Amino acid sequence: MPFDSLLHIDRLRVQLGPTPLLRDVSLRMAAGEMLGLVGESGCGKSVTALSIMRLVAEPPMRTTGGHIYYAGRDLLALSEPDLVATRGRDIGMIFQEPMTSLNPAFRVGSQIAEALLLHTDISRREADRQAVDLLASVGIPAPESALRRYPHQLSGGQRQRVMIAIALACRPKLLIADEPTTALDVTVQAQILELLDTLRREHGLAVLLITHDLGVVRQYCDRVAVMYCGEIVEEGSADVVFATPRHRYTRALMDTIPAANTPGCRLPAIPGSVPPPASRPPACAFEPRCTASLERCAIEPPALGQEPHRVRCWNPVP
Amino acid sequence: MTLLQVRGLCKHYAAEDGSRVQALSDVSFDIERGEVLGVVGESGCGKSTLGRTLLRLVEPDAGSVLFDGVPIETMRSRDLKALRRDMQIIFQDPFGSLNPRHTVGRIVREPLDVHRVGSRPERRRHVARLLDRVGLPSSAAASMPHEFSGGQRQRIAIARALALEPRFLVADEAVSALDVSIQSQIINLLTELQQALSITLLFIGHDLSVVRHISNRMAVMYMGRIVETGATESIMTRPCHPYTQALISAIPRLDESSGERIVLAGEVPDPAHLPPGCAFCSRCPQAMPVCRIEQPLLTERRIEATGSAVTAACHLHPANEAPLRRAAT
Repeated sequence: MPFDSLLHIDRLRVQLGPTPLLRDVSLRMAAGEMLGLVGESGCGKSVTALSIMRLVAEPPMRTTGGHIYYAGRDLLALSEPDLVATRGRDIGMIFQEPMTSLNPAFRVGSQIAEALLLHTDISRREADRQAVDLLASVGIPAPESALRRYPHQLSGGQRQRVMIAIALACRPKLLIADEPTTALDVTVQAQILELLDTLRREHGLAVLLITHDLGVVRQYCDRVAVMYCGEIVEEGSADVVFATPRHRYTRALMDTIPAANTPGCRLPAIPGSVPPPASRPPACAFEPRCTASLERCAIEPPALGQEPHRVRCWNPVP
Repeated sequence: MTLLQVRGLCKHYAAEDGSRVQALSDVSFDIERGEVLGVVGESGCGKSTLGRTLLRLVEPDAGSVLFDGVPIETMRSRDLKALRRDMQIIFQDPFGSLNPRHTVGRIVREPLDVHRVGSRPERRRHVARLLDRVGLPSSAAASMPHEFSGGQRQRIAIARALALEPRFLVADEAVSALDVSIQSQIINLLTELQQALSITLLFIGHDLSVVRHISNRMAVMYMGRIVETGATESIMTRPCHPYTQALISAIPRLDESSGERIVLAGEVPDPAHLPPGCAFCSRCPQAMPVCRIEQPLLTERRIEATGSAVTAACHLHPANEAPLRRAAT
């Protein structure tokens, strides 16, 4: 594997019973990079994220192939104790709904301290002190008093900041953020994304940002990977992909966004809907909804092209 | 011609600890016939309560709603039932708003049954026409809701809302739960139907680019109050309330050319314990001493730099001295 990759997902396959959910997903991330993983519900972006943390529920799901290298080590081959040591220490994760990710029965302070005590040799007193610093660093006002609060006493934005503080407690090099701002209001979303961007710039944190919002990716990510039906269909630098999208699905998604259209006009729409994993079309998954499909698209699965701008399409946007 | 006249609407909810959360505080506005009024604001700002209060699904504490000149808050239940033929609502969640044990045909027909419109065969034909109108095959009538995707279910909800040919429709986050590729289909459908049937529409949303796309006029809400209202394009291009400005600048855009992004500092206040002055002043980059003391009224104001008139609730802009059309626009 290449030297400079912090994370290298290599042909990852995950199945739910007999149904493939991820089909040869390959991705690489460098240190300090923000990669946006976009797609609609059911496209496999969250399964990808959970796989990195080895959090996919097995059974009913099963990892049937591939490797996930983090700093050169294959996470899929780690023993349970090594895995526990890696989770939270080397890789942090935050989820969409900060209320259900925090334990409602414990004060915020003890939940942050728990992460520190689990992975380091410091005393409880030292952990509490660091927790204050962590809360301050994620922009919580009056961190000492916030430590003594329960999650329900905080606003949605503050809860997500607490989640980020926990995820970053052991200074991981990679943060997986699965729709971290979807449950939040736009002005609060901007505050959280700015915070992640600052952490990336100042501490070299790599962020895998999973979202359905193309605008968020455009504004904050260095690179973008678009998923559809369990596959990456396009991947490249955000500047290039948004300026010249090549996959028909990426193009269509960008076109449907109201902000990209004149108010009041008829919006370009993608006909049909995303097929469920069990009835995924055999060749190109997007073929039945594509307005530029060729005969070949229904017969032969397209391969994902070469870096730096990979596209899985027989008839890409010229 | 005004279809809906809303004056001084107030509604509070009791919080668990006994404190009061003011979901609507002195909300006043008009909706003209055939107009699409977009209501935007963050979660908990009172926009859903507003939509439901207009249909009297929620009883207000104070204030009045005139529908076509008739006050709805004093209506008896029989008159209210007749009025409900004219006002319908579409909800956000297309999974929770359709009865899973009824066929789609029965769901769409139910308003006709309730209001005893037409004979049985007529109702059946009307249901088929409605399904066709929203882009579903007439065979859908025999199916159950779970057989449909989120976007298709929202089409069913729209067909049901249109069954009685209402004059006024509330769409409460009607496209927010849908995936991007489906969202545009439903926005197109709503726009088409609104224009073809000249329905007056109150479109509630939190995604400004969606609301901008669909509405002629907009009202921006914050903590139970309308803080700015006006023509959609003038609000989107020249917002004057600092909250509206922050909201617009926070939209993640696809084009790089978007101007300076305003990232707010400070925290959202606890809605049960709002500060005495302007509710936005804890986050406002331009807050002045007066903002912490005095509640700014929603009124016509003058932007000094340009001399143009706006309707906003903000001390930054002096109120016009001319007799005020209080809060109405």
